[in-house]
Order: sequence, then C-alpha cells, then structure tokens
Amino acid sequence: MVAARARFEEPAAGPLQRLGFSRLDPLTALAAIGLILVSVFVISETTQNDVAGNPYYYAIRQAIYAVVGIALMLAIARVDYSRFRELRVGIYAAMIALIVLVLLIGVAVGGANRWIELPFFRFQPSELGKVLLVVALAGFVIDRARRAKESQRTARLLLLGIVPALIVFLQPDLGTALVYGVVTLAVLFVAGTRWTHFAFLGGLAVAAVGIVLVVAPAVGAPVLEGYQQERLTSFLNPSADPSGSSYQTSQALIGVGSGGKTGRGDDATQAGAGFLPEGRTDFIFAVIAERYGFAGAAFLLSLYALLIWRALRITTLSKNLYGSLIAAGIAAMLMFQVFVNVGMNLGIMPVTGIPLPLMSYGGSSVLATFIAVGLLQSVFVQARLASPSRALAL
Amino acid sequence: MITPLEERRAHSGSQFAVRVALLSGIALVAFAAIFFRLWYLQVLSGEEYLAQATDNRIREIKIQAPRGEILDANDKVLVANRKALSLQILPEELPVNNGERHDVIRELGGVMDERPRKIRREIRRQTKELPANPVTLQLDVDPNLALFLRERADRFPGIRTEEVYVRKYPQGAMAAHVLGYVTEINEELLEEPVYSDLVPGDRIGRDGVEFQYDQMLRGQNGAIRVQVDAQGNPVGRTLAERAPQPGNDLKLTIDKRVQAAGESALSTYSAGLRSSFVAMSVDDGAILGMGSSPTYEPEIFTPPADTDAVEAIFAPDGLGPANNYAISGQFPTGSTFKLVTALAGLEEGIVTTATTIADAGVWEWGGVKWQNAGEQPYGSVDLGRALEVSSDIYFYMLARDAIYAGDGEAIQKWATELGFGAPTGIDLPNELGGFVPSEDAVNEKFEEGLFLDGWVPGQNLNFSIGQGFFTATPLQLALAYATVGNGGSLVRPHVAERVVSPSGETVQDINPEPRRDVEINPAYRQAIMDGLTRAANGPEGTSTAVFGNYPIEIAGKTGTAERPDLLSDQSWYAALAPADDPEVVVIVTVEGGGFGADTAAPAAKEILSAYFPGPQTESGPAPVAADSVE
Repeated sequence: MVAARARFEEPAAGPLQRLGFSRLDPLTALAAIGLILVSVFVISETTQNDVAGNPYYYAIRQAIYAVVGIALMLAIARVDYSRFRELRVGIYAAMIALIVLVLLIGVAVGGANRWIELPFFRFQPSELGKVLLVVALAGFVIDRARRAKESQRTARLLLLGIVPALIVFLQPDLGTALVYGVVTLAVLFVAGTRWTHFAFLGGLAVAAVGIVLVVAPAVGAPVLEGYQQERLTSFLNPSADPSGSSYQTSQALIGVGSGGKTGRGDDATQAGAGFLPEGRTDFIFAVIAERYGFAGAAFLLSLYALLIWRALRITTLSKNLYGSLIAAGIAAMLMFQVFVNVGMNLGIMPVTGIPLPLMSYGGSSVLATFIAVGLLQSVFVQARLASPSRALAL
Repeated sequence: MITPLEERRAHSGSQFAVRVALLSGIALVAFAAIFFRLWYLQVLSGEEYLAQATDNRIREIKIQAPRGEILDANDKVLVANRKALSLQILPEELPVNNGERHDVIRELGGVMDERPRKIRREIRRQTKELPANPVTLQLDVDPNLALFLRERADRFPGIRTEEVYVRKYPQGAMAAHVLGYVTEINEELLEEPVYSDLVPGDRIGRDGVEFQYDQMLRGQNGAIRVQVDAQGNPVGRTLAERAPQPGNDLKLTIDKRVQAAGESALSTYSAGLRSSFVAMSVDDGAILGMGSSPTYEPEIFTPPADTDAVEAIFAPDGLGPANNYAISGQFPTGSTFKLVTALAGLEEGIVTTATTIADAGVWEWGGVKWQNAGEQPYGSVDLGRALEVSSDIYFYMLARDAIYAGDGEAIQKWATELGFGAPTGIDLPNELGGFVPSEDAVNEKFEEGLFLDGWVPGQNLNFSIGQGFFTATPLQLALAYATVGNGGSLVRPHVAERVVSPSGETVQDINPEPRRDVEINPAYRQAIMDGLTRAANGPEGTSTAVFGNYPIEIAGKTGTAERPDLLSDQSWYAALAPADDPEVVVIVTVEGGGFGADTAAPAAKEILSAYFPGPQTESGPAPVAADSVE
C-alpha cells in the first residue's frame, strides 16, 4: 500500500494537490462543486428580497455551507472508508440516537419536528442519517453475508433500514423516510439479495401502499395526515383545486413552463412575486427553470447525470464489496432525491418535501450530501490506490 | 467477518454487474422521463404557461361606480351615497389550512376588538347567502385600524379594507316601498342576462325604483390593472385604468311633503294592521305619494346587513313590511267601488240620473235579505243621493237589473274598462292585478279549487258594492277614480319622472302614454262627480263631517269593506280634488279601520292638505304641485 501511494505522489504539489484534490475523481468533484456553485449563484439572485435589509442572507449562508461541505468532502476522501465497516454498530447507534433525539428536543417548524436548534444553524439529523444509514447498512450486509439463512438475513437487514425510516416518518417527514427505504433496498439489491425476496418485498410494498392510502382511511384509522395523503395524490390532477393542496404543483408547472427555451431572467414572476412558495428549498428547480429556461435546467440536470453516473461507476470500480455498497447506496440516494424533487417540480411526482441535493438551500442537506460525495471519493481513491489502471478507466 | 473469497464472488460476479447495470438503467429511464417532461413543459408548452404566468400576476382591481341619487319632484334628496371604509374578508384568499385561518381571524379579532367566534359566524352567515362575495365585517372602520391592516397585509391574508359607496337615506324610512333597497348580487341573479356584466360583490337594486331603474342608477364600475404579487399586493405601476362611470340620478314624481303627510296619516290612523295610501296626478298618472304600513328602514340592507331585521320584514309568509300594499295588496274596496257600478248603470242604460228607487233599508231578492249598513232606510233614492248617502240597496237593484241587461256583465265590463282585474303597469316591481268576478272567471277559480263557491247571480250584487270575490289594489282604485276624474283617459301610473346624467343632462323623460281612452259620456261623468261631491259636502254625505268645511271642494267616496278574515272592517276613502276640475286622486285604506269616514277619510284629508298647502289657496294649486303635474 505504501508503495502504491508513493507512486501517485506528485513531485511538486500545487495548491489543489495540497488541498487533497489530486487523487480525487475529477468528474465527481466537478459535478458536486459545479452544483453547489449554481446553487449559491441562484440563491444570491433570487432571494435578495427575502430578508429585509440583508439581500445576501441566504446566499452567504449557503456559501458557508458549501465551503464547509467541500472541506468535509476532502477530509473524508482522505480516509479509507473501510475503517467505517468496523464502526458500523456505533454509526448505526449514533444515527438512531440523532433521529430519536430530534423527536425529544427538536424544534417544530410548520407542524413538523425535524430540527435541532444549534447556536449557528438549525440541524436536521435525518439528512445526515441517510448517509450514516448507507455506511452502517453496507457494513451489516457484509457482516451477515455468511450468517443465518438467506431469507432471515434479508429480513433482518430490512429491519435495520425500516426502523430509522419509521422514526423519521413520525417526525413527520414522509419524504426522508422514503429515502431511507430506497437506500435500504438499493444496498440489499446490489449486495445480491435474491430476486424472489425482492418480488416478495414488491408485493409487500404494494399491499402497504394500498393499506395506507385506501384501506386505513376507509376503516377510520388513517396512517397519513390528511395533507400528506392529499399531496401524494393531488399531483395527478393539479388543476382540480388550484388554491388548495395542488397549488404548489400548479404554480411550479407555470414557473417551469413559462421559462421556455431560454428563461425569463429577471422578468421571472412566479418566484419573484411569491406565487411559488419554498422557492429556495423544495421548489428551487422550478425557480431555475423559470429564470434560465430549458437551457439552464438541462445544464443542471446534466450535472446531476454526471454525478450519478460517477457514483454508479465508482460502485463498479470499488476495490471491495463494502465500497461498492456504499457507492450504490449513495447513488440510489442521489437518484431518488433528484428524481422525486425534480419530478415534483415538473408535476410528475407527489409533493413530499425532499430537497434537491446540493441545490436546495439548507446546511444539513448540503453538508450531508458533501459527506456522501466525500465517501464516493474515498471509495474512488482507495480503488485507485489498489489498482491504478482500473481506476483510471472511466 | 466475511471471507475475501465470498466477498469477491458477490462483488465481481456477473450478478453484481447485472444489478449495477439495472440500477443504471433505472437512472437512465428516470433521467429520460425528466428530460422529456422538461422538454414538453418548456419547449412545447412554454407559450401557454407564459400566458398563465402573466395572468397570475395581473389583477384587475374594481373601482366601484357610485350609484345615482334618487330625488323627489322638487329635487329633495331621498337616497344618496356615502363613502365608507369597509373591512372585508375574502374567504377564498384566507389560508386554506384550518389552523392558519383561525390564527388570522384570531389576530384580526384582537385588533378590531371583536370575538373571533363572532367573526367566524359572520363569515359563515354571509358566505351562506352570497358564497363568492367578499364578507363585509364592518362598515366605517376606524381609519387607523385600516392603516394598521394595510401595513401588515402579509399577516392578514384575505383581509382588506376598501372604500365603498353605500346608500344613505337622509329621510330615513320615507318612501321605503317606492325606493326599494340595494343588496349585493347573489349567485342566482348573476346568471340572469340583465346582470351579465356584473361580478360577485356588485350591488343591485332589489325592489322599488332601485330595482326598476337599476340599469340607469347602477353606473359602470371602473377598474385598474396592476401587477401584483402572490398576496395580491400591487407591485410596480398601474398598467391600465378605466374610470368608473357614476350612475344616473333618478328624479321621482313623488312629492316629499305629500309623501310625509301620507306616511304620518297612516301611522296616526293605522289600526295595527296593513294600511296604505296613493296620491296620484289625475291627468298623467304621476304618483305624488305612495305608502304602505308597516314599513321598514332600507338602511338595514347596508352591509353588514342586519339579517334579523331583514328576515323580519319578509315574515310572515312574505306578507311582512317589505310589501308595498298600495300595489300588491288585493282587497275588497267596499262602497268606493260604487263609482264603477254607477258608471256602468248609466253607460249601459240600466239606470238614468233620474231613476229613483224606494230604499227601505232592507230588500229581499233571490231568497236573500239585502240590506244597507245598519238597515238604514233612505226612502226615495236617485243616483246622486245613492252616492251621497252610500245606499247599498240602490246599487243592489242596479246590479240585479244588470244581470238581465245585455250579456249581464255590464259592471264587469266597466270595471275592466277602468283598469280593474289587471296590473296598472306602474314602474314598480311586484304589482298585482286584483280580481273582477265575472261568471266565467269565478267558475274557473272555483274549478281550480281557489274559491269555495261557484258563480251565483247574487255575486253580481255583492260585486256592485265592492264586496264578494272582487279585489283591487289601492292603486287600481286610484286609477279608476282618475279615469272618471279626467274624463276618460286611462293613464299609466308612474313614480319616476326623469333620468338625469351626473352632469345634469336629461337622459330620459319618463312620461308614459295613457294605456287607452275610455269613452265616458260627459253628462254621466258629471252626474257621478256631482254625487261624489255631495258625498263629501252634502247634508247627508258620508264624509261631510270630514270634508264639509274643507276650503277646497272634494269629490270623495267612503268605503267600509267587510273582511270576514279580519273580524273587523277595512276603511277606504277615495277622493278627487278639486271636485270641479280634479287634479289629484287620493286613496287611503286602513285594515281594521272601521267606517271609511272614521279613519281613511281624515287620513286622506291630511294628504290633501299637504298637496294644497294652506287653506287660503283658491286660485289653483300650489306651485310645488304644479311642477309635479306638468
């Protein structure tokens, strides 16, 4: 290992090298940093009237999160992720502790108890929890790969994912709970869980959705809050009640549509005049699509495509299964969040309050995503160290 | 720990490659879906959404046009407008979320010092009646409160303060029935073609001339188009402006003094039941005064409307104070009808002015005992004396003879000629036409189950003295007297005289053509006028006690209609004045008022005194009256 590392050390280290960029996957870094730069730029352009007397309140904060996030990414990239495998129980326990803590001491905003008030910012543990779950679960998968019967193993691993998902669901945060579920399934899937188990899980999922959306309300024991159920179903018909629960969807559609090919720039009114709520968080994609049109939105999606492609590529490049599972879990996490958030902005997905990674304003999400990207980089770096020729192949 | 071998198998086997490929496939499909959707929305439907975005931010703000004023014949203001600061809730713009909505209402209640429960109740009440309309919480809001709310518009979504014009009634309840009232338009009426250019929240006239001349009075609301943000707050400049066009003023034929006298007379002589009066110019049908008791204050409809008071004026069964009994009360008119019977008898040759009968007070015909009031015998009675003393026997005998003359319906024919049995066509809503009891008409009603009896010849005798199945409105009676008084012109009564534009130009003179000419033999007319003059002035006249010493000679007839449904008589008086060349007809009726001479006649005298101010007037009417007649 030492020899391998030595080979890759450049004789004269430039500033980027000194910061630790040299061994990173440049495309992943490019995508992630490109996205956060777009985010800071867009937020600085569109939120100048949000806080009276402080036009760059949100932009400056997002920039700080970006800098801290990039530093975290670089730091984690330097660590060999394989060490986390031994810490899986601790990581899992920390994650559970964090999201349980939020239920106990969290502050409620808009009826949801998702945040812990810190001196300098409001921390949303469930964001960090997503990444911790990926890391811990990947460790458990490998740990259990040789134990017990396969069906039992699948069930236990599933339980490890479902427990935090349920806790987050109770906050209530349906969107993030779904991310936990998707991440769990993706890790199990890539780990080689039997097809028959997935078929069984698919059946279970259909039954669960049926019970939650149809049977439970019918017998008078609804699982979802009324607004949750409305949001989940109203996107199917956004014009039915433009002032009600589908208001956001129809306003987002108007915003996206009115952007046209090249966008409306400073004439954009959907966000500027406040028709589109949550314009810097959940609906930032619609804001961008309105301002910068198809050209801007497509560019943004290309950055996400690049990032996700790299995550999937790193899944296959990894030197061991543990790294592959981490990369796969992160790839699934990013994919699901991007698809659900953008889909919600485009009216083809329900409104679930999932942030757009590296784009939506918010420290917890930005930092958690950079930690995830840092893990991807760590997998890449280790793969490159183990087998330089393989890692260099795109 | 997992063995490296096992791990490697799971990691690099074809299973692993297939699964990662599948994950990639899902990513590819998801991105393809997003790209296509984005292409569809932005490139293919961009224009359409851009139009929606524009719609979103352009708001038309209505500028209410003041409604025209309503003036009396001497330009005394009966209805005016005033500007008021109105605190309104737009229910559709309140937060959808229950908790947030309650918060807004609670906070509003706090600043306006009102219990939130009361505000919510008011919203419920008003939205029940007018679902799409703004809810008016308070009129004449404290300007400081309005300023407070405007400055904090973001904290009070759906709450606005607006300057509105509301009706002002400087004369209070005076002429309420003629004027009518104004309310916000309801959903049902919005569907009607005449209101097609109105929107929820607009105000329309709902009764009286406010209703009848609504389009003239209403004016046209203006609007400004402004760019707004999502809260509806104007941002940037006004894009376009359309100035409101104030409504036209309406000048009535009503003379405030006559009106006031009539209303005060009704309240003096009312027996607690219904009463009404009509004073009308004989020559052209201009209504000088018209009133109905009980009455109401039109002010109760000013938003926020006093619902209890509004309900009360329609109760019970829609027969309450909201009704104008002068045009919609259908009553037997008692002996005042003898004018018609007399004219029919003369014109159809059933009697002459010289025909005399022997009136013993009681007369038996057809197995029935017919009698004068109190079985009073009058001895030898001709037409003049029959009218003077109001001999029922004379008219019973005339009616009996009419059965056998011609088609037997001489009185019905002349009643119809003089306008009974059909609405007069006055420019007021809700007029009714009364009932002329011919054999066919009565039998038809009987067959429909509306009458308990069919036609028998005796009905003709009841009819001759304004009883039985016969009903008429006070206005119809006024029209019949006017037609005899003016020598045969069946005029069209009207309360409006002129529509005047805000700049003072006449938009329309309201001078309806008479409905028809009724051919009346001047000699017969004179005989009847003489008889009516004797009734008010002669030694035996039924109303000589009231009018005997009146400076102006009156031709007048009392009526005492039996009202089996009330257990007391309905008092009537019909007066034409001056008797030699009538200018004005006055009708008064008081339910439960007893003899015509007891209540209706003195009430009529008060009205006439307002029309002829000062007993010294000998050389013609007062200038005021002259104005309103010509």
